Amino acid sequence: MPIVLHRIDDRLIHGQVVVGWGRPSGVGFIALVDDTVAASEWEQELYRMGVPPEMTLYFADVEAAARQHALWESDPRPGIVLAADIDTMRRLAALVAIAEVNVGGIHHAPGRTQRLRYVFLSQDEERSLRALADTGVRISAQDVPGGKTVELEELL
Amino acid sequence: MSEKAIRGVIVGHGDFAAGLVSAVQQICGLADVFAAVSNREYPAQELERVLREHVARGAEIVFTDLPGGSAATAARRVMRDNPGLVLVTGANLAALLEFALGERCGPADAARTAVEKGRSAISSSGGE
Repeated sequence: MPIVLHRIDDRLIHGQVVVGWGRPSGVGFIALVDDTVAASEWEQELYRMGVPPEMTLYFADVEAAARQHALWESDPRPGIVLAADIDTMRRLAALVAIAEVNVGGIHHAPGRTQRLRYVFLSQDEERSLRALADTGVRISAQDVPGGKTVELEELL
Repeated sequence: MSEKAIRGVIVGHGDFAAGLVSAVQQICGLADVFAAVSNREYPAQELERVLREHVARGAEIVFTDLPGGSAATAARRVMRDNPGLVLVTGANLAALLEFALGERCGPADAARTAVEKGRSAISSSGGE
């Protein structure tokens, strides 16, 4: 079963991911790729509380995620690979083949401009998304399964 | 009752919190026991900051809709350095009414009683 979603979402584990995408896709695991979380047992425990018992939650830094990506792709259960920021997903995409990336939530912060209700980007982040797209990755924004898909060119 | 008297913060998706506060007000007129926060309005770190502000003003319990949503995650971060703070997930109107109207006691006992009320209020019937 292929990974059903490679998602950038700064809230990481939350309702839209676990319920919104997880339920209709029958997701059996989420791989949370984040260098900081992977190094913190406390952070991991925090996010474990956010997933139902039938869903497995893996933690990995980018290097470990690259090593385990093929295993996740061959898992019989549908899965989601989740990163909190563009840079993390871009670093992962440099190490493994990722066909599509979903921008699911990058929220307001100083220096960012609103692009969608749930997407705010700085100029550096825009350049980073374009650079990722230039490597052949299809990038679109969509917060929930029933929401409108906004392709990168429309997003920027 | 002034804003300083807020005892609980309700946090959830969409208009969940505002809707529950409105319902509490309609039933017993005690809406000002609660602050209502929508996670739609805040990034994760901002949500945590808003919760900290309410806790600093005296809120003892955070009520959230889902156990694993961003609201509950933010509350757990606040609890890390506010060990007296109590989190109730899966909150419903019955639980909130019990908290607003029930005998004043410590937050842990108040939360336990509210959870019992809320749990007992959920039922199903019919269908045959």
